[in-house]
Amino acid sequence: MEVDKELLEKVASVARLKLTDKEIDKFAPQMKEILDFFGKLQEVDTEGIRPSFQPIEIKNRLREDVIVNSLSQEDALRNSSLKKDGYFKGPKAV
Amino acid sequence: MSHEKEALEEAKKINEEYHYLNTITDKPLEGHMHQGKLSGYTVSVKDAICVKDVETTGGSAILDGYKPVIDSTVSKKVKSQGGLIIGKTAQDAFGFGGFSVNVGIGKKIPLNPFDKERACGGSSGGCAGFTAKTNLKHVSLAESTGGSIVCPASFCGVVGLCPTYGRVSRYGLLDYGNSLDKIGPMGKNVKDTALLLEVISGFDSKESTCADVEVDEYSSFVGKDVKGMKIALIKECFGKGVNEKVAEQVNQAIEKLKEKGAVIEEVSLPLVSEYGLAVYYILAMCEASTNLAKYCGIRYGKMKDCTGKGFNEYFSEIRSENLNEESKRRIMIGTFARMAGFRDAYYIKAAKIRTKIISEYKEQFEKYDALICPTMPVIAPKFSEIEKMTPLENYMMDILTVGPNLAGLPHITIPTGKVDGMPVGTMLIADHFEEKKLVQLGSALE
Repeated sequence: MEVDKELLEKVASVARLKLTDKEIDKFAPQMKEILDFFGKLQEVDTEGIRPSFQPIEIKNRLREDVIVNSLSQEDALRNSSLKKDGYFKGPKAV
Repeated sequence: MSHEKEALEEAKKINEEYHYLNTITDKPLEGHMHQGKLSGYTVSVKDAICVKDVETTGGSAILDGYKPVIDSTVSKKVKSQGGLIIGKTAQDAFGFGGFSVNVGIGKKIPLNPFDKERACGGSSGGCAGFTAKTNLKHVSLAESTGGSIVCPASFCGVVGLCPTYGRVSRYGLLDYGNSLDKIGPMGKNVKDTALLLEVISGFDSKESTCADVEVDEYSSFVGKDVKGMKIALIKECFGKGVNEKVAEQVNQAIEKLKEKGAVIEEVSLPLVSEYGLAVYYILAMCEASTNLAKYCGIRYGKMKDCTGKGFNEYFSEIRSENLNEESKRRIMIGTFARMAGFRDAYYIKAAKIRTKIISEYKEQFEKYDALICPTMPVIAPKFSEIEKMTPLENYMMDILTVGPNLAGLPHITIPTGKVDGMPVGTMLIADHFEEKKLVQLGSALE
């Protein structure tokens, strides 16, 4: 599989990472080696097999829809310096 | 001198030389308010597990300064049973590594307690190193995604037990791969390890994947007769890529179990041996790349003035400045493997093979109580050797541990000998929720 600068820049942009040219030059051959290694999975016949997204069976568990104690607003904001009027203050989203 | 003061002074002294702890707590040690199963024990906690009011970074600079306002369920349980939490241990950032050398920017690499030129193993390297080095009664809360409990325990000569997926609540764990992460105990011996497992296991309404399955009194299985227990040696785990001297030590451990009356046979697990690593790394990286998106520099951890910046610009900056190289590499690969056009070939394909791997193991447990093999294919490598490895060669070191982690099976490592002065671990794997058998068989190897 072709792993070039263009592909890495596209992936980095989707992943919200700013990579330097040095990082891209370093990652390109490493990612090629790793993706080639992943390619061997195509040898395995998985016709009719369901994917496992958990190793053991997990059942949905519902609780009564009643209000219980949860994090206070003060605690929720405690670790941030970016706040105003009891809310987080983030960068522009639109 | 009080036990508490003595513990903290010892921790500081060890840390100056070996770098096992990212944070030594300066808070009053709440555990001594209670009496319980862990009274008299000091406890170290992997940095990825939240302890209320104690800096918790998961080993990454992006969380520097973060002090959780909650206790994880496991740290709450430890405190309520009298355990004294002394600090947070060094690890590969977010658990991304097998040697604890991929520490976050500005953090120190822990050194092997037997040879300071060698690695502790990872990613719970600080847990293992500190457990080996402290002279006090001590247990450690570690965490494994693909081998991060048993690998470092094996390299540092202590006992490590990774429980069944769902056995222990993960509420308050900084997640790496949600379908893989397990919190588990380490100790100087099987008894201490079993005791901590007993304390932390069980259902938790705060964690939706936590299993509602009865908890055994694990410590009562220490020293129980193993006569007649059926164990299968995994043939592939003694072959190519496994150091012969390491394999020899594990064979001696197997002989010991035979002498005690266990029945040993040989099995082959071709699928997991050939494809386990690739399946594991695809799933782990895909899950990790989404999990790390929550570190956006607004609610906790590193942040800076965001005035006039767009969200994507700010988010990209915070991540790029504070994530280390391995974190970026895994985000890149995980993001790629989930992108349109590639998702079926990588992520979904790996999840399907995982189903086949789980069946391959489950068939064995219809006949056997446990499977046995070396924990790691080598002894702890020197830092100079690790530097020469490519990322893929690094990942290959997990060849023996990814299988039980993919299948969510409990596994234990017991120190059973030495090669060139360095500890060798023997690994036992049991069926889901059969941790008691690991305690029973593990104690027979001590």
